[in-house]
Amino acid sequence: MNQRTKTSFKIDVQLVVYYIILVTLGWFTIYSSSKNQFVDESFFSFSNLYTKQLIFIGTSILLAMIILLIDSRLWIHYSTHIYIASLLLMILVFFVGTEINGALAWIKIGNFSIQPTEFAKFTTALALAKFFNEGKTNKEKKLLWVNAFLFILIPILIILAQKDTGSALVFLSFVILFYREGLTGWILLIGIFAVAITIFTLFKNEIYSIIILTNLLALFLFLHRRNSTLIKRDIVLYVIGVLFVLFTNIGYQHVLQDHQRMRIDTLLGKVKDPLGADFNSNQSKIAIGSGGFWGKGYLNGTQTKLDYVPEQSTDFIFCAIGEEWGFVGSFIVISLYTLMIIRIIVLSEKNRNQFVRCYGYGLAGVIFFHFFINIGMTIGLLPIIGIPLPFISYGGSSLWAFTILLFIFVKLNEN
Amino acid sequence: MSQLLQKRQYTIIGIVLVTFIVLAFRLFYLQVIDDSFRQSADRNALRKIIEHPARGLIYDRNDSLLVYNDAAYDLMVVPNELRAFDTLELCRVLNIDKKELMKRIEKAMRWSKMLPSLVAQQMSKEDYGYLQEKLHRFPGFFVQNRTLRHYPHPIAAHILGYVGEVSREQIEKDPYYQMGDYIGLSGIEKAYENELRGTKGIRVVLVDVHNRERGSYKDGSEDVTPIQGVSLWSTLDLELQKYGEELMHNKRGSIVAIEPETGEILCIVSMPSYDPNLLVGNVRSKNYGILSSDEVNFPLFNRALMARYPPGSTFKLANGLIALQEGIVTSTTIYPCPGGYRMGSHTIKCHHAGSTNLYNAIQISCNTYFCKAFYNILSNRSKYPTIQKAYAAWEQHVNRLGFGVKFDSDLPYELKGFIPDTTYFDKKYNRAWNGNTVVSMGIGQGEASVTPLQMANFMAIIANKGFYYKPHVIKAIGSKNSPNTRFQKRYETGIKPEYFDAIIEGMDMAVIGGTARSAKIDGIRIIGKTGTAQNPHGRDHSVFVSIAPKESPKIAVFVLVENGGYGSTVAAPIASLITEFYINREVKRKDLEKRIKEFQ
Repeated sequence: MNQRTKTSFKIDVQLVVYYIILVTLGWFTIYSSSKNQFVDESFFSFSNLYTKQLIFIGTSILLAMIILLIDSRLWIHYSTHIYIASLLLMILVFFVGTEINGALAWIKIGNFSIQPTEFAKFTTALALAKFFNEGKTNKEKKLLWVNAFLFILIPILIILAQKDTGSALVFLSFVILFYREGLTGWILLIGIFAVAITIFTLFKNEIYSIIILTNLLALFLFLHRRNSTLIKRDIVLYVIGVLFVLFTNIGYQHVLQDHQRMRIDTLLGKVKDPLGADFNSNQSKIAIGSGGFWGKGYLNGTQTKLDYVPEQSTDFIFCAIGEEWGFVGSFIVISLYTLMIIRIIVLSEKNRNQFVRCYGYGLAGVIFFHFFINIGMTIGLLPIIGIPLPFISYGGSSLWAFTILLFIFVKLNEN
Repeated sequence: MSQLLQKRQYTIIGIVLVTFIVLAFRLFYLQVIDDSFRQSADRNALRKIIEHPARGLIYDRNDSLLVYNDAAYDLMVVPNELRAFDTLELCRVLNIDKKELMKRIEKAMRWSKMLPSLVAQQMSKEDYGYLQEKLHRFPGFFVQNRTLRHYPHPIAAHILGYVGEVSREQIEKDPYYQMGDYIGLSGIEKAYENELRGTKGIRVVLVDVHNRERGSYKDGSEDVTPIQGVSLWSTLDLELQKYGEELMHNKRGSIVAIEPETGEILCIVSMPSYDPNLLVGNVRSKNYGILSSDEVNFPLFNRALMARYPPGSTFKLANGLIALQEGIVTSTTIYPCPGGYRMGSHTIKCHHAGSTNLYNAIQISCNTYFCKAFYNILSNRSKYPTIQKAYAAWEQHVNRLGFGVKFDSDLPYELKGFIPDTTYFDKKYNRAWNGNTVVSMGIGQGEASVTPLQMANFMAIIANKGFYYKPHVIKAIGSKNSPNTRFQKRYETGIKPEYFDAIIEGMDMAVIGGTARSAKIDGIRIIGKTGTAQNPHGRDHSVFVSIAPKESPKIAVFVLVENGGYGSTVAAPIASLITEFYINREVKRKDLEKRIKEFQ
């Protein structure tokens, strides 16, 4: 008995502390950016975002406690069931869902809306962890990666159908897990190269990209001049590359939606329209940039308070931090995320259980992706992709999902 | 294999760290290095609203209000903040057509896209109330409280002056001003602009993305309260000014009255005049057009400061003083008068015959005496080797008596009249001239011209026996007890005080039994001198100068009535009535008053 109580407290304190700091910081920031300073409003009115967020935080703590109390084997055992259940819940949205901000991704229950997509992140992580854990014994290596990609492709397709591109992209973050579990690095490199050549093609034009590809081909042909097999492969890759470039613009024009295309164009500087398409990105940079080194002080932000920054409590909440806490505050926040992600990776590697390791990499990938894309978007490094900042952004589904995601890992690590 | 894969954690941690560094550098660039965002943020969210101070009030010397302020509401526009709005409705409220509205907005855009410009002046309280309620539907527009000048008595228009919109040049010269601001353009309003305009206030308000004001910035800690302009106390006597304007009603000409011992101007009348309330606010430009195009009356022309009148016989007093100072005559020197001053074939007539000393000469305004005296000043070869040197000495005396020079006091647009210099005559007569060539200047005819202000100041010099303080219209600034220090310097004329006694006696005799009998007042010893300034364009101008009381002068007066005939006909009675009114605060001679008021 004594032994049991002792082990149940062997949770990783560092991760929990990061979690508490980020959630607390999140609430204070939501309070600052959503409080109407010009009107006396009751603190306990449920129309206030900060009051609602307090409820979300309370329920999240409750969820975390429950997870820490129940047996972690439950997650390993039922992971596939949980994954399938969450996919069904997402499909249910098509029948009973509500559309918010153009995305049909919400189920409304009374005053609150939940977003099943958010929960799919941890269910997918669980399912993939189980898949890799068991896949080793199956030894069917050939089909391994096809199957692994299917696990993330299914939720991506469902979410794309709900017109929530940002959330769909999040599932690509599991590629980090795949890489750790043996996916060849070439796929990553080719992926990065494809993104780079796409941006280059859109920014300049096809001719430039083809010239670059041709130069690369010449280089590799020279390097591989003694090996006819490699030369053949080089030529095949070159032809694929040229075709990819030629289809980039066509794909860009026809696959992406207008507003997405506009966001990319503004980021690339192809469109200059500070009051139109550029507005959000510009105002976001102005808010953060105006914070200076020390910031304007808590509750003293003007840009976020006066609605210049859109969605200042959810996707653009980092603007309020940047404006009120300046470079110092921003630096602390990105440091916290970085430390948290590295801590998760370190703990994952320490754990001898492959299930826990895989789950940990899935978690690290999801947090990293959210953190990088969200902050990159607010400071004008990336196009505007609407995904929340983990633990900080306002929203029940997001906070609950990230809490579950993190605390399952904390619980799994307990053993 | 599994060992190899384990190393991949470092690649992944590396990617995380590189991302961290990229974000940190980008944040450092945005927040610390590039400070343009801070300015953009302020432009976004802060609106600085200028709070216009009320201009300073102007009182007369007895604390009666001459100028005060009325509330008015101006519609302003910030072009950059304009969005689509209901032009028809705005036009209806402002009572202008769409074309005019667009014209005004374009003008505002040309001036500045960021700063507010005036769209409509002085809306009525009703229009203001109506618009204020619907202002959220007109983004970019806001209403500014302003004050407008108001004049309880429609007098002293030229001296009080008027305010109008600043010009582009004035804005460029002085950063205090913004387009649509008012600035003093003439009179006291111009001379004391810096005192009267006050200090502008600033209200910093937060403006949200929908151009709605959301409250004050930092609880108003960066706001600046406007400070009303400083009040001024004029030297003018409201009642006297009013009386002077009544007397000059239907006439053309000027009255200037000065308190000799201070140089304070008690009243300064220029007729025809106008009601100063006509040049206020949105009726100003229309009325200004009417007034400035009136080429019969020239109501905007301030005769007291700008007109060039031949001084006439009153100038004989100056020549008498100079002759005494130069030692040409003494008070008892007698010049025979054969009914005129002969120079070869030409004679300057005199309306009497007999011998005169200086007293008689002033009393009866003898032309011969002053021609001779003037001729002798210019022909004094023992002192001055050439006519040029002698004339230059005379000119210098005249200048020190205040003629041919500007006072540069607090009366804008003052002109200096005209006293020809030696070069003028050298050119005119090809250097061949002598005392007789220019002798008509000795009796105030000929080329010389003076302004009413200069003549009145000359009377003050006589009253003071040799010195003056610059004539001015503002005696105290800020409070009645803080005197205007600009005019405390005493100017000496260089003429000995005793020489003034003869002049004063002569002027006394002129009133008792000479040309100036019509100026006599029971109970007040007034001394004076008539003048009849020859007018090439018509009937002579009636001129009179006076000082009273003789024993301790309180008021020196100059009166000129254009085409009024002899000095004694109308100018002398006016000077007399002004003096009586000022000293007794009432006029007993109602018949004379009535006759003068009716005189045209």
